[in-house]
Amino acid sequence: MNQLFDFILQPWPWYVAGPLIGLTVPTLLLIGNKSFGISSSLRHVCAACFPADIPFFKYDWKKEIWNLIFVLGVFFGGIIASNFLENPNDFVLSEATINDLKALGIKDFAGLMPADLFSVETLFSVKGLIFFVVGGFLVGFGTRYAGGCTSGHAIMGLSNLQVPSLIATCCFMVGGFTMTHLIMPIIFKLF
Amino acid sequence: MKNIQKIQDTAVVEPFVCEAPNDMKKAESWTDNIKYLIVGILFGIVFVKAEIISWFRIQEMFRLQSFHMYGVIGSAVVVGMISVFLIKKFNIKTIAGETVDFHPKKFQKGQVYGGLLFGLGWAITGACPGPLFAQIGSGYVVVIVTLFSAVAGTWTYGLLKDKLPN
Repeated sequence: MNQLFDFILQPWPWYVAGPLIGLTVPTLLLIGNKSFGISSSLRHVCAACFPADIPFFKYDWKKEIWNLIFVLGVFFGGIIASNFLENPNDFVLSEATINDLKALGIKDFAGLMPADLFSVETLFSVKGLIFFVVGGFLVGFGTRYAGGCTSGHAIMGLSNLQVPSLIATCCFMVGGFTMTHLIMPIIFKLF
Repeated sequence: MKNIQKIQDTAVVEPFVCEAPNDMKKAESWTDNIKYLIVGILFGIVFVKAEIISWFRIQEMFRLQSFHMYGVIGSAVVVGMISVFLIKKFNIKTIAGETVDFHPKKFQKGQVYGGLLFGLGWAITGACPGPLFAQIGSGYVVVIVTLFSAVAGTWTYGLLKDKLPN
């Protein structure tokens, strides 16, 4: 039993986490005929809080409330995992990534997120504006324009063998590679 | 009443399309919704424990320096595909006895333009929408700003929708 608990505290390998995430698809379908997708929660927040007479936000969001409850669960899951199931060891990152990021100016590699970026002080700087405000905006705008995110397209869409989802997933990756290799070095030179 | 009528009218003009629709015919009560809270909690725990919420892991992925994220997404897709195949093949019903609905997706230019924009944002924030919620739960309070900004991005898309190529 103790051994099992020790295993749970370690970072979970991909072959445990991936299948568990994949199982979310049939779970949601079978417990309530729901297609898996997370970015729609952002749309429901708009529809519920600031519809502003925009046709795109005029629908019965209450019927889709399960999606908001689901993301509330993800938030609680984050609290539980970080407070009660915390990894007792140091965060392990590939040596090559550490070197690349050091070259960009990142110094702190202790946690899941670089403390140099994800701190309240950064928030009120140009860095914070780009990483949180611009980044977040692109995530919200892009996922809605694409009609889904990693869960709706890459996982649910590909599970259902949808070609448009494959196209969207490839574009997600191309966007990510472009940012990482071409744009990010420029952003880091700004400060 | 007038309001409801208005919503129905616009619904006719603009059919509600959403990638994660609720296809359940029977209305669900608050207690029915607890199921989704539990699945969400388990999902959030997996996100944190597999370090998918980590900005560093996303960088590793886009720098092709670790197999981890490819393994996670790849095996999730394989398990999802097999599950959907089995549900269709054996016509497995939901626990309420309904036939499972699947939604074929239509190709639109937005999947390319929007996909590229989301990809750019994914690499800087280190998060897709799901991990955003788990990051905030894990105590990275600054991510609340990212989330608000993502809501603003979604809202802006809604506002400009008809002016964008799609």
